[in-house]
Amino acid sequence: MNAKRRHWYHYLWIWAILYFTLGFFNILFAWLGMIDFLLPLVFAIFFGNKWFCNNMCGRGQLFTLIGSTFHLSRNQPTPRFLSSRWFRYGFLVFFLAMFSSILVQTWFVASGVHSLNQAVTLLWTFQVPWKWAYRPDLLPESYVWVAQFAYGFYSLMLTSTIIGLVVMLLWKPRSWCAFCPMGTMTQGICQLKSRGRRD
Amino acid sequence: MQKKPKKQAWVDLSHCVACGACGNVCPREAIRVVHGCNAQVDPEKCVGCGLCTKVCPAGAVTVKTLEGEP
Repeated sequence: MNAKRRHWYHYLWIWAILYFTLGFFNILFAWLGMIDFLLPLVFAIFFGNKWFCNNMCGRGQLFTLIGSTFHLSRNQPTPRFLSSRWFRYGFLVFFLAMFSSILVQTWFVASGVHSLNQAVTLLWTFQVPWKWAYRPDLLPESYVWVAQFAYGFYSLMLTSTIIGLVVMLLWKPRSWCAFCPMGTMTQGICQLKSRGRRD
Repeated sequence: MQKKPKKQAWVDLSHCVACGACGNVCPREAIRVVHGCNAQVDPEKCVGCGLCTKVCPAGAVTVKTLEGEP
């Protein structure tokens, strides 16, 4: 039994649930997910560590809670290829390409080429109508791109959580961590910094 | 009485993703992520209980019997 002292940041699984709940009612809350996107990079770039992954990842905590505490994970070994270098970096490239496409769509909406797509795209394929979460009265017409980015980012966050839940059920609670793009990116940054320290 | 062979956690660096799941469960703080690169085991503290092997999502931690131990 692990009797380690609990800190506030060990309860960030609540934040993970809250994030998706808020985004369900108002898509603009999706922007708050940028904290989860930028904070790991800040820790890696400026402090050369993965403190966010190790202690603050709300999603990882949520998977641990559902998988370990509620025993909903099969607790079987994660396939080795998922933590192999080529798969992890391949998935990171794919993830960054998908993020870039969100930026391009946002640009199209900002420049008036496309109109706002009020849908959440699951698994980069399935368009799920999400109209109720957008309130035009909250944004001036020229800032509609803010909502477009929110839809895209929420799609990315929801998609990665769905994949994380599936691999949690199939294998270990935190199997998602084996190929999490943020984890791969921050570990790569830390390794580069560590190499720099040695040279 | 025969001494029990010393067991200790061992990290496969090519698969360790430095997520820190091992360090979170270790009751003796014998394994932790160092400089965000990978997990490292403190041989002085590790008792080879294997809790870290159960949570590692990448299967990068195993418990091995140390060579030369009885």
